[in-house]
Amino acid sequence: MTPVESYTADEMMAVAAARRLRDGAVCFVGIGLPSRAANLARATHAPNCVLIYESGAIGAKPSRLPLSIGDGELAETADTVVSVPEIFSYWLQGGRIDVGFLGAAQIDRFGNLNSTVIGEYEQPKVRLPGAGGAPEIASWCKETFVMVRQTPRAFVERLDFLTSLGRPQGRRGGVGVTYVVTDLGVLEPDAESGELTMTALYPDVTPEEAREATGWKLRLADELRPVQPPSAEELEALRALKPANEETVAR
Amino acid sequence: MAEIVPLDQAVRELVSDGDTVALEGFTHLIPHAAGHELIRQGRRRLTLVRMTPDVVYDQLIGMGCAQKLVFSWGGNPGVGSLHRFRDAVEHDWPAPLELEEHSHAGMAAGYAAGASNFPFGLVRGYEGTGLAERTNVGWVACPFTGERLAAVPAIRPDVGVIHAQQADARGNVQLWGISGVQKEVVLGAKRSIVTVEEIVEELDEKPGSTQLPAWTVTAVCECPGGAHPSYSHGYYDRDNAFYVSWDGISRDRASFLAWMQSHVLDTADVAEYHRSLSESEATPV
Repeated sequence: MTPVESYTADEMMAVAAARRLRDGAVCFVGIGLPSRAANLARATHAPNCVLIYESGAIGAKPSRLPLSIGDGELAETADTVVSVPEIFSYWLQGGRIDVGFLGAAQIDRFGNLNSTVIGEYEQPKVRLPGAGGAPEIASWCKETFVMVRQTPRAFVERLDFLTSLGRPQGRRGGVGVTYVVTDLGVLEPDAESGELTMTALYPDVTPEEAREATGWKLRLADELRPVQPPSAEELEALRALKPANEETVAR
Repeated sequence: MAEIVPLDQAVRELVSDGDTVALEGFTHLIPHAAGHELIRQGRRRLTLVRMTPDVVYDQLIGMGCAQKLVFSWGGNPGVGSLHRFRDAVEHDWPAPLELEEHSHAGMAAGYAAGASNFPFGLVRGYEGTGLAERTNVGWVACPFTGERLAAVPAIRPDVGVIHAQQADARGNVQLWGISGVQKEVVLGAKRSIVTVEEIVEELDEKPGSTQLPAWTVTAVCECPGGAHPSYSHGYYDRDNAFYVSWDGISRDRASFLAWMQSHVLDTADVAEYHRSLSESEATPV
């Protein structure tokens, strides 16, 4: 892999998340950063990754990044298309998904996520979109990856609302959140306490920066894993993934 | 048996103020033309049900048609917030909006229960979450294993509304591509309106794709382009540019109202709506 000079924090995030997806993994993908990372994995080391979108497209192989989870190209390139009750019952709660990929407005130290409200529920400061697929994704995929930019407003001591569980133990589903990719590095749950611990920092990110960007007293692993910057090949593949609405945005 | 009628007549005869109305279509086949007709006819105090209350419900909420929203994800997909929905929840404009929110799996289970004439659907994701405290959910024990499961009420709307690609002259409805909960909402509703891209004498039938036989539907209305800015697979693509531009149009109350006036209230039907959109594109403000 050839190292390159210039890349953005979001590109590093997409690359770090993509590298963690193994070839052949069955992956439930949300729009935005997760869809970008999963499609990057498919374009590079994981061509047999099965991408599932909650609209019912199973094994979608989009050539552009879809704007919505139900763009026509997802249905056209899918192995099969099923109804919405079916995708959530037979496929998700049926335990057929290896990796769920979520974003959120807030995350706590156990990987619990909030995508419902900021502030009080009855009088919210910001009304967010709500749960969508998250509660069942977090509980019923074998494991869950989260992608959130690391700031004190997002990495909080206490969630304003608990939308999905970080550690759904005892509920017969998955193990919960195993990998949190931020714009500074990677957090993984501690083997004993389950607390999210910074296990890797990107090149040029200091432990102090990570601590300052976290709303709880952040623990760092004794030995932080080095993260290779994006290779030329990874960046080329990532930048080739054009958004389906790019002409629109440029207009 | 389905009656083939104009959309304005179907809405007038089948939807009353105060009804529970579900417009469905999961990204694909969203019945926008029917939503616009509800706005033109000034329906009020509706309980609106929909998994993803995207632009179509942003418009209904902003125009004051809704009293309550039952939903699972309220955003503009890939773009950001629904500004009219947020304004209603955060600032009670134009009116307070009561919320009942579920997960997608919860709504899907509720629709499937409605279609099956079961009193509730089952779901396994609510336990331990804030939804368990905030929403309409109960708990049942599995009679075989004792496992505790969340029960969500069946969704039985007064009126279910969907868009589809085709119907034949008798009102048999054929649709394909991403099928969402289209079938469940019609089968679970007391009355239903299906708008279609075209009514053909005989369907060029793809085996298995006549999702709703004529006798399951109340009204079928021909509405070419009736899903825009959503899409109809095989007819036209999703207008992603429109979804991006809606963010700017809807951010501000005045620009939202001006847009609704020119493109919905001042137009008589879906054909005029499309004409007004292409005219405004031709003459940028």
